[in-house]
Amino acid sequence: MTSTILRSSTRYLFPVIALFSIFLLLRGHDEPGGGFVGGLLAALCFALYALADSVEAARRLLRVEEQQLIGMGLLLAACSGLPGLLAGEPFLTTYWTEQWVIPTVGKLKLGTPLLFDVGVYLTVVGVVLMILFPLAEE
Amino acid sequence: MNWLLTLPILLPMLVASGMMLLRRRPMAQRLVSVLGMLGLLATAITLLVTVYRDGVLAIQLGGYAAPYGISLVADLLAAIMVLLAAMKGTAVVIYSTVSIDAEREAYGYHPLLHVLLMGVCGAFLTGDLFNLYVFFEVLLMSSFVLLTLGGERGQVEGAIKYVTLNLISSALFLAGAGILYGVTGTLNMADLAIKLPAAGQPQVANMLAMIFLLAFGIKAAIFPLFFWLPASYHTAPAAISAIFAGLLTKVGVYALLRVFTLVFVHDIGFTHGLILMLAGFTMVTGVLGAAVQSEFRRILSFHIISQIGYMLMGLGLMVVLAWSDTEATRAAVTMGLGATVFYIAHHIVVKTNLFLVSGVVERLQGTGRLDSLGGFYASRPVFSLLFLVPALSLAGIPPLSGFWAKLALVQAGLRLEQYGIVAIALAVGVLTLFSMTKIWAAVFWAPDPAERPASEERPASEERLSKEKGLAMMIGPIAGLAGITLLIGLAAGPIFEVAMQSGVQLLNPQIYIDAVHPVVSE
Repeated sequence: MTSTILRSSTRYLFPVIALFSIFLLLRGHDEPGGGFVGGLLAALCFALYALADSVEAARRLLRVEEQQLIGMGLLLAACSGLPGLLAGEPFLTTYWTEQWVIPTVGKLKLGTPLLFDVGVYLTVVGVVLMILFPLAEE
Repeated sequence: MNWLLTLPILLPMLVASGMMLLRRRPMAQRLVSVLGMLGLLATAITLLVTVYRDGVLAIQLGGYAAPYGISLVADLLAAIMVLLAAMKGTAVVIYSTVSIDAEREAYGYHPLLHVLLMGVCGAFLTGDLFNLYVFFEVLLMSSFVLLTLGGERGQVEGAIKYVTLNLISSALFLAGAGILYGVTGTLNMADLAIKLPAAGQPQVANMLAMIFLLAFGIKAAIFPLFFWLPASYHTAPAAISAIFAGLLTKVGVYALLRVFTLVFVHDIGFTHGLILMLAGFTMVTGVLGAAVQSEFRRILSFHIISQIGYMLMGLGLMVVLAWSDTEATRAAVTMGLGATVFYIAHHIVVKTNLFLVSGVVERLQGTGRLDSLGGFYASRPVFSLLFLVPALSLAGIPPLSGFWAKLALVQAGLRLEQYGIVAIALAVGVLTLFSMTKIWAAVFWAPDPAERPASEERPASEERLSKEKGLAMMIGPIAGLAGITLLIGLAAGPIFEVAMQSGVQLLNPQIYIDAVHPVVSE
């Protein structure tokens, strides 16, 4: 399918949706959002790209295979529980950094749940694209 | 302790996700897969030794206290089950390095196998009913894919029955968990054991017990809910059906053992009486079903069902406590529960082995139908003996593992004066022997019906060579498991001692509760 309108609007929509998905991911822990919704949106970006251009181009843009994305996501999620184990606490015990205030950006607090969320994010992107790409190719 | 309880779940997950990154490298995948399983095996052995030495272990994930957070608990039963899972996982993974075709491997056979193991170990170790549900789903999802991997017609047909029945069972399980939560306000099993009797609603509790019996009964393939099993197990490649046969129904049996010794013990006369009756029916229908089959793996599938009956028998014997709660009956009931644990251990090893043997037979002769197989004893006497060990053990011939398992069950039954079920158990044992001799006679002893004169066999030698390539990797695990069967048989004393200890723990839920609860009060 080649539609000029879709193609040119995708060019502008893609970075916006991608940024918004990362915004949702980072906002997720204490407020609505998180890895799952963020991941869905990110997958949506690539789906849009595949519609506007081609699945092949979308795959090229993704650089890694979907299955590898799932693997990375699961690894990250599993690793987010490891600091607890290494410190002699139960698995998945959470650790947070101090809250940093970065001028103009805002407040920033990093911790193991964020790592978990990033893992979820990657896994969701991988799973959704693994379903969508073959469907779109048919 | 934190490591020990988490690793059986964490390790398969790490290995599975790591293997997804190695998608295009089958050799590396196999290597990681085997190493991962060996790691799991080592962890499981350490876990069992630690639990045997120190008693029940419990941790709270993330450091959140018990009724709200998630507990992982390892009592002897759980530790034994994890060890068995790891043992058979190792055998199957080595076996699959040569027996699974490249296509299935490319679609992620090895990662799926590890995800399955993660679900199984999680189900054994969790102390929380909702998490049990989650881990059931994890193992079911991967089993769905493993069963249909390859997409052959028979596979899909079998998978439809398997998936449907299991979804119904999951829905029932979830509904039961919901109602249970509504009644007691908790799903932590140790907490439930205290709060369910305190809720003072015996009728609701009975209804819940039936829902869970139904849900786990479908998964354990007990009478009359077993029909999905023989319809689906034989369709997948041998390595996959071996892991299903040995492990998945046993997760159901484990769940039954867990909830019917810990949570639903308020009306033993009713619930456990029913279980004992179902055990009898399960044994008989399974073995009769096997008697009319004429395909290698179908016979084996039906035997799983009849063996499940034996395992339930030990649990059902608890019914006697309803009317005579004396020291002597408690001892006999403990023996029955211990025998159940011993039986599960024996069964997992033996059944996996028989399915692996069937895989080798099918690979060499291209079919699993008894009437077109034959001649193995003449061509491969050692391999034939490797079949004979688990087969005779399954039928309960001394001094193999199955004999001691059955002996203990029968003894417990006699001491509790449950003569009916004992008679059934003995009769079913004889019929099992009949089935095994049928396989032996047809596959190993009978002359090969496809036997050709020596002159015609020459052109086929190249094909034969490719079939034999890597056969050692398939026979190795079979020999290993046969060795373990012999070992369980010859060293039955100490192993039975461990099983009896776990029987004691099962009959005294307070041990389990105390292990989880001190953490609550901290």
